Amino acid sequence: MIEIANVSKIFTGRGAPFTALDDVSVTIRENEFFTLLGPSGCGKTTLLRVIAGFIDPTHGAVKLEGQDLVKLPPYRRPVNTVFQSYALFPHMTVAQNIAFGLEMLDKPSAEIKATVDQMLELVRMTPMADRKTSEISGGQQQRVALARALAPRPKVLLLDEPLSALDFKLRKDMQLELKRLQSETGITFVFVTHDQEEALTMSDRIAVMNAGDIRQIGGPRDIYDHPAERFVADFIGDTNFLEVELLATEGETARIRLPSGVETEVRAPRDGVAPGPVTLAVRPEHASLSGGDGAALPGTLANVVYFGTDTHFHVDLDGGARFVLRQQNQPGTAQGWSVGDAVTVTLAPGVGQVLRD
Amino acid sequence: MSDAAATRTARSRWLLLAPALAVLIFAASGPLLIVLVYSFLTPGDYGGILWEFSTDAWFNVVFEQDFFTEEVTLADAHLSIFWRSIKLSLLTAFLTFVFGFPTAYFIATRPKDKRDIWMLLIIIPFWTNLLIRTFAIMELIRAEGAINSVLLALGIIDEPIQMLFTEFAILLGMAYVYLPLMVLPIYASLERFDFTLVEAGYDLYASRWRVLRKVIFPLAKPGVIAGSILVFVPSLGAYVTPRVLGGGKQLMLGNLIELQFGAGRNWPLGAALSLTLLAIVMVALILYVRAAGNEEVRHG
Ligand SMILES: Nc1ncnc2c1ncn2[C@@H]1O[C@H](COP(=O)(O)OP(=O)(O)OP(=O)(O)O)[C@@H](O)[C@H]1O
Ligand SMILES: [Mg+2]
Repeated sequence: MIEIANVSKIFTGRGAPFTALDDVSVTIRENEFFTLLGPSGCGKTTLLRVIAGFIDPTHGAVKLEGQDLVKLPPYRRPVNTVFQSYALFPHMTVAQNIAFGLEMLDKPSAEIKATVDQMLELVRMTPMADRKTSEISGGQQQRVALARALAPRPKVLLLDEPLSALDFKLRKDMQLELKRLQSETGITFVFVTHDQEEALTMSDRIAVMNAGDIRQIGGPRDIYDHPAERFVADFIGDTNFLEVELLATEGETARIRLPSGVETEVRAPRDGVAPGPVTLAVRPEHASLSGGDGAALPGTLANVVYFGTDTHFHVDLDGGARFVLRQQNQPGTAQGWSVGDAVTVTLAPGVGQVLRD
Repeated sequence: MSDAAATRTARSRWLLLAPALAVLIFAASGPLLIVLVYSFLTPGDYGGILWEFSTDAWFNVVFEQDFFTEEVTLADAHLSIFWRSIKLSLLTAFLTFVFGFPTAYFIATRPKDKRDIWMLLIIIPFWTNLLIRTFAIMELIRAEGAINSVLLALGIIDEPIQMLFTEFAILLGMAYVYLPLMVLPIYASLERFDFTLVEAGYDLYASRWRVLRKVIFPLAKPGVIAGSILVFVPSLGAYVTPRVLGGGKQLMLGNLIELQFGAGRNWPLGAALSLTLLAIVMVALILYVRAAGNEEVRHG
């Protein structure tokens, strides 16, 4: 639906030229909840603004349903934005804000009224239709911003960290609300966040960005379980990195040799890596301390941290590396290890992902 | 809030107001009272006043009585000066808005560190003596002045255009002199303006013109209202600019009043005219603020 092909953006300000987007290509599908995830300054907002039309790309093409967008000014693009600061018009009421886009499209007033009522309903703001935007709470402003952007029925809705100003509880509520709105309206959402948990819970697909580049695109599970490279594995969730030797790859599986000399099978990187020294990523909750099938990594328990729902075990592996495990707590039973014990970290077959670099 | 607390806030409010009220009553109303009293007295033969009650001055503001026939007619000379004053002041406010709004917008959209320099450039003329600024305009528009010389040299005109001593000259002079009074308040309201609102407007299908009309202008309106009052009021009573650029041919209210206290030797008439000027200002302000307020209610 949206095709972004080889888009680069080089800012030439007073200082040295700065490459904010470096040859980015991505296709966003119809009715998709697509998330741009990455650390601060990686170019998420820049990419969103290129789609909205506020920034001209230095190179590359942006197409919507085959139509070239780059030549169109923002007010001709069937794309609406929910701004991070909401940018509600302070001289208008809630209802007038929501009606604005429709009025600018010169829709008949009966239709405008009907749509505004429907939108107020959708974001549950009907009782506050006639309030000024300064007379409603942050969460309500957020919903008005959403309704205002949805009212003209854009083909794509762009959301730039719309939840970042909300407190934790409201944020959780709004995440569900956004998800609901997206499935009810069937509009493609392009959502920007630097919160990995938010990205994992809400998205159909996630593009992980770093330094102006998309490093990996995939579903939440895919990205979490099978990070392609160290940056992605590190940015999303907690990860243990082990220096291992790749012996051979066959399809999705790779044979590796652990530092302890044990050989085991793990997931191979998708784009193929030559045998030799590589990095293996293991999620803390995928390994186990209680033995069982798989490759064993002996070590000493260095620290135990209780987190309520789960407990973290810090193990100093023989050979020097630090490995963190996470185990869910069961009611009534205490975990059976204490600091200083000799323990064995076990990787079941198939646990662990060989990284690209 | 409890009643006692309400009374307390009301009382402290009056206390806070007291100094301002004192100044207003003694410093502003005092002289005004003297003017009011003078306007009901009889002119002295060599200026000044005689302590004899008379309503002649007020009668003479709008009417004339023929010395011989005792026929009463409207004082056309005065009325045309009233009309010129109001017309030129309105036009000045309009002209300063037309030039001041884009200027203020331009400055407000510069990077933060550049804005002060631009503001300074706008304000510097304001620090220059009014007479000097007015003579500078005179230098530009007189028959042998810069504009005519250039136009003549370029062959666009064959003989100099008479600009000096016309209403146009007064208008130009006042617009030039009062422009900063329009730019400053508009800039003040635009400076706080959140320019992502402009992007939000574009994003919601508003063209440039519509963003200007529906988003930027409504939010700059308090500045525009303040600016037009700040320009209109002193324009109405302007004295130096019409004196120099109108050359004594195109009188405005300020000149007419001065005339009564000077060569005219009719202080009571001067006092009555001064109060008329004040009344025009007040009526204009009330009408204007009310119209602007209504607009506000309609557009929310
Ligand atoms: N107008 C500009 N001129 C120069 N550099 C810019 C400009 N706008 C953005 N940048 C730079 O481009 C990079 C990407 O900016 P962008 O706003 O896209 O980051 P982001 O991923 O949205 O970050 P955040 O999560 O903090 O919002 C940043 O390093 C920023 O400093
Ligand atoms: Mg951003």
